[in-house]
Amino acid sequence: MSNETNSATQLSYLDYKPKKGIWAWLLTTDHKRIGLLYLIGMMIFFWVAVGIGFVMKLEMLTPDQTVVDAQTYNSLFTLHGLIMIFLFIIPGLPAVFGNFFLPIQIGAHDVAFPRLNLLSWYLYIIGGLFALVSLHLQGGPIDTGWTFYVPYSIRTTTNVILPLLGAFILGFSSILTGLNFVTTVHRLRAPGMTFFRLPLFVWALYATAWIQVVATPIVGITILLVVIERVLHIGIFDPALGGDPLLFQHLFWIYSHPAVYIMILPAMGVVSEIIPTFARRTIFGYKVIAFSSLAIALIGYFVWAHHMFTSGMSETARFVFSLLTFLVAVPSGVKVFNWVATLYKGSIELRAPLIYILMFIFLFSIGGLTGLVLGSLATNVHVTDTYFVVAHFHYVMFGGTAIVFFAAMHYWFPKMFGKMYNEKIAIWATPFIFIGFNMLYFTMFILGYQGMPRRYWSYLPEYQELHIISTIGSWILIFGLVIMFSNLIFGLIKGRRADSNPWGGVTLEWQIPSPPPHENFEKIPVIDHGPYDFERFKNENKNEIDRS
Amino acid sequence: MKSTEVEVVQEKIAEKQQEPSHSEHTHKDFFGAKIGMWLFLFTEMLLFGGLFLAYMVYRLQYSIDFVIAAQDLNLLLGTINTIILLTSSLTMALSIAAIQRGRKALSIFFLLSTIGFALAFLVIKYFEWTAKFHHGIYPNSPELLNKPNGEIIFYGLYYSMTGLHALHVVVGAILLLFMLLFLWRNKIHKEDYIKLENSGLYWHLVDLIWIFLFPLFYLIH
Repeated sequence: MSNETNSATQLSYLDYKPKKGIWAWLLTTDHKRIGLLYLIGMMIFFWVAVGIGFVMKLEMLTPDQTVVDAQTYNSLFTLHGLIMIFLFIIPGLPAVFGNFFLPIQIGAHDVAFPRLNLLSWYLYIIGGLFALVSLHLQGGPIDTGWTFYVPYSIRTTTNVILPLLGAFILGFSSILTGLNFVTTVHRLRAPGMTFFRLPLFVWALYATAWIQVVATPIVGITILLVVIERVLHIGIFDPALGGDPLLFQHLFWIYSHPAVYIMILPAMGVVSEIIPTFARRTIFGYKVIAFSSLAIALIGYFVWAHHMFTSGMSETARFVFSLLTFLVAVPSGVKVFNWVATLYKGSIELRAPLIYILMFIFLFSIGGLTGLVLGSLATNVHVTDTYFVVAHFHYVMFGGTAIVFFAAMHYWFPKMFGKMYNEKIAIWATPFIFIGFNMLYFTMFILGYQGMPRRYWSYLPEYQELHIISTIGSWILIFGLVIMFSNLIFGLIKGRRADSNPWGGVTLEWQIPSPPPHENFEKIPVIDHGPYDFERFKNENKNEIDRS
Repeated sequence: MKSTEVEVVQEKIAEKQQEPSHSEHTHKDFFGAKIGMWLFLFTEMLLFGGLFLAYMVYRLQYSIDFVIAAQDLNLLLGTINTIILLTSSLTMALSIAAIQRGRKALSIFFLLSTIGFALAFLVIKYFEWTAKFHHGIYPNSPELLNKPNGEIIFYGLYYSMTGLHALHVVVGAILLLFMLLFLWRNKIHKEDYIKLENSGLYWHLVDLIWIFLFPLFYLIH
């Protein structure tokens, strides 16, 4: 490290402190520090929501009341959804790892609008606080479900307005991050970094950023209209005054379906980073993966009404939306095949990040294929609004995005903090997570198929057996998560030093010291090769690969 | 890294920061700033787009009620406001043109006129709304609730759309006030007027949205 301290720009971003104490963090415009700020906020919200999920599953242990009453249960599933979706999964990968690595991977000093970036974080925190404050106000916590369907969200006496405004502010934060990333990718690529030399994580973030910009305003105005409806009774969503509740559902899903791709696309980008690194070969079908991200972003915009097959729509509309839903599975399938093809005949090194990725491929495939069951009209009618939907959603969102989030934490941990975690324990956590996850959610597929409706507080005794298995699964899963997180935190405090390239990665972030210097690069690099050119780096990195 | 080394380097950084040309501020990407602004304007259009969509749906559903309700709106005031906003867009563009030629006083004059027009628009809007309130036409009023559903929704849309637009006029005016301050302090000048230009873009958008609101509420009968 000592030879790296000869100039100010080489000082690590963790040691560079232009302001005193806490202000070095709260007023920072450094994209890396902002990424960490997001990570801290996100971890707090994540564990709150995990706790809520734990209580919900505990309640489901017996057919009647176990630990909470029905009204509390309604609030719990609403909050679990709100926090996980709006505060963890949607901002998740782009805000933490996108912020941290997008500028580095394209060879830039920072994002295009660093101060706007900090503003996005403050909006994120304010939005989250709005949701939390509403819990303690008179009327009680919101109980509408995270979808805020009218007319119930207009009629309920619980605190709806504050969480809605919170979601609106979070949307604003998301939009600002999106436009920041689009501008960054267009304006700040290093010389020679053409679009087809961008790492696939950047491609995925770019596609995601466009969805954030194009889709989020719609849910913004929809949420505002519900607030206005509650306060002023303008009638737009109130059937008693001639309004149409279905219009709300359309407007809501016009955003919230593309939002599903905001959640999953960056995860797919991370997968495309980790697999080449641990297979030691270039990604199979680079351009196809890049374009499939854009294709998903585009087609994802035209499938929203598959959330409303039973809400009341014309036969033709349902047919068209079903067909389009099947189409969106194509680019996702293309990606999965390309990842597996990359692994084929690669010299695979089975390290913790790759194990999480393999887990992702397995779980996401189940999630994706059951998505087709829901996308086809005949079966949808049978399983809609049952645990089948809950299971599908958790397989793609938890098994998909969250698992990749964990993979990314392990993959980039040495780069972000300059320390190593204990690899053995990281690997030991995975079977607990995998088994717990499948016990928890696969039983829900069966429950849903047998007719257990979602969001119910009590159920028929016939379902109890599966519910018990599911609840035990939740304990195993949380146990695995605790091991994984404690291991990372322990690594943060006591981990040994990581060198600049512990995995032998070839994208730009592995060519600078760990943790990265304040300005990322002393001199902006000139790029003359593709992102996964392993042949080129083979000899340089051979000796550095750490086999602890 | 040893702590003493850190201190030495941090002193160097502190020295470096005294110099005006810290690396973060040495170059400004005007083109990038414009991309950012256009993307933001795009999201604004989509924000109103949701409302326009709602308007379309309900206009188809309640076309007769919409025609009847629209006749109660004050066409004269609406027209005056349209003229005011269009003129304000002109003065906004002139303000930018003036600073491009380095004529600060002229630029300030035109910017002040733009802000003046914005205030005039809001004052007229105030009288228009209060007149409606006096006739008992406001959301959830007993008078309005007696009318057919279509008219209730027409006024619901009228108040939310023109209200959101008025909010944008207020935000725009505040933004322009800041630009005035920057112009005054020479933060915006001949070489660097991107802030003013972007504010101008925002102001034109506010104008443009009104250009669509005006016929939808006042003109189509």
